[in-house]
Amino acid sequence: MSEQQKGRLLTFSILRCNPQIEGDTPHMQDFQLHETEGMTLFIALNKIKEELDSSLQFDFVCRAGICGSCAMVVNGKPVLACRTLTAKFSNTTFTLLPLPGFELIGDLSVNTGKTMRAMSERLQSWIHDDEKANADFNVIEERMEPEIADQIYELERCIECGCCLSACGTWRMRPDFLGAMGFMRLARFYMDPRDKRSDADYYEVIGDDDGVFGCMSLMGCEDHCPKDLPHQTQIAFLRRKMVKA
Amino acid sequence: MEKLYLNSVKKSRIPAKLDWIQSATGLFLALFMWAHMALVASILISKDAMFYVARTLEASFLSGNVQKGYPVFVVIAVGIIAVVFILHAFVAIRKFPIDWKQYRTFRNQMQTMKHKDTNLWFIQAVTGFIMFFVGSFHLFFMITHPGSIGPHLSGDRVFSGFWPFYLVLLFAVELHGTIGLYRLCVKWGWFDGKQPKQTRKRLRNIKQLLTVFFLILGLLTLGSYWKIGYLHQDQQGQRYVPSFTQRM
Repeated sequence: MSEQQKGRLLTFSILRCNPQIEGDTPHMQDFQLHETEGMTLFIALNKIKEELDSSLQFDFVCRAGICGSCAMVVNGKPVLACRTLTAKFSNTTFTLLPLPGFELIGDLSVNTGKTMRAMSERLQSWIHDDEKANADFNVIEERMEPEIADQIYELERCIECGCCLSACGTWRMRPDFLGAMGFMRLARFYMDPRDKRSDADYYEVIGDDDGVFGCMSLMGCEDHCPKDLPHQTQIAFLRRKMVKA
Repeated sequence: MEKLYLNSVKKSRIPAKLDWIQSATGLFLALFMWAHMALVASILISKDAMFYVARTLEASFLSGNVQKGYPVFVVIAVGIIAVVFILHAFVAIRKFPIDWKQYRTFRNQMQTMKHKDTNLWFIQAVTGFIMFFVGSFHLFFMITHPGSIGPHLSGDRVFSGFWPFYLVLLFAVELHGTIGLYRLCVKWGWFDGKQPKQTRKRLRNIKQLLTVFFLILGLLTLGSYWKIGYLHQDQQGQRYVPSFTQRM
């Protein structure tokens, strides 16, 4: 490729740190690449790994904004690398950091799974129905109104990427705070007619300052959710319900 | 359902009550401050207008003499506001960073993200902290000097060295109040409608307009009192005699 055909020269300043290596301290390392058509940060990172430094660690699975693995902080904002086109940025320098608040695996890779698992257990995020404790799994499930199914699906689009948590000043300041992803998950069960929990039952899960009353309405979640989920509406809804529970 | 809980002790309803109290007292105080600003800004119309407003609020209509009010009503009103103010401060302080680590993490979040609403919260926290002192002092002064509200006495007070104090109070109150009202709307989902994202943008624009409006109104009002104090410095401490009684 001639010099003229080459795209912009991009600089990727990436936080490097491998906690597995004793004495390794976090530091920034710069990599340079020429931009190609349709380049996403995911493509750029793979190119860096293939051509410049095979030790670079970052996560990805689907490359389509569905798995939520490639979330990272780009120029201060939590985003999905696979959905971030380099062409969208007028400047040519990208600062890439791992999502804050999660356990660091190495470089840009964080253990979101550990946090998500703990959240699921804390929320008991499964259908609760005492009468169905001994359900016959060979019987077809009861039908659900399509409108309700659509509403539940809307909330279930959450891919648990962790962007909402990293964008939340409250969660960063108080790690025990549940965060938007947890509220979204709970709102999904609240909406599900198969879940028989009452408001008082839900209060036992989120009725304190680590739960819905701890939300300071900073709206980092709402403004940085890659799936455009209605965090603001759901948290306000749960707050209104729980204050009366 | 009890068996699903990690323990059988029910969660306290206090956090719910505290959250509600914080919002209710904040709403009351923010709306009161708008009314307060409208009343003190009556000086921009005329000294007579401000005098009339001040005496009417002291229930001068009970005496049948517009010049004779009952400052005890000011004491009662300030007392009520002080109780709500302290209650609001008491519950809102729960949200402050409680140690250096929390403070540093939040500041770091602000510097990295540059997110508007996160930054607004910090402004709210700082102005709230300032008001612990300046707001309390203002309330204490008013409750101990209830008869000192009037065009000349207020002007004297502002000119005689209190103006920097009122300037700080003005900015703290107006920023804290309008940001607080905006946050209340977002927090409880008021006015969300079918397009909550658009509504929020609109609310933020309205908030900015209101902040600018009340700051300008406040600065003009403060300037007006300062000017009265300046022109009146030779007779400092003398009460204003309204022009309509002079004509009688």
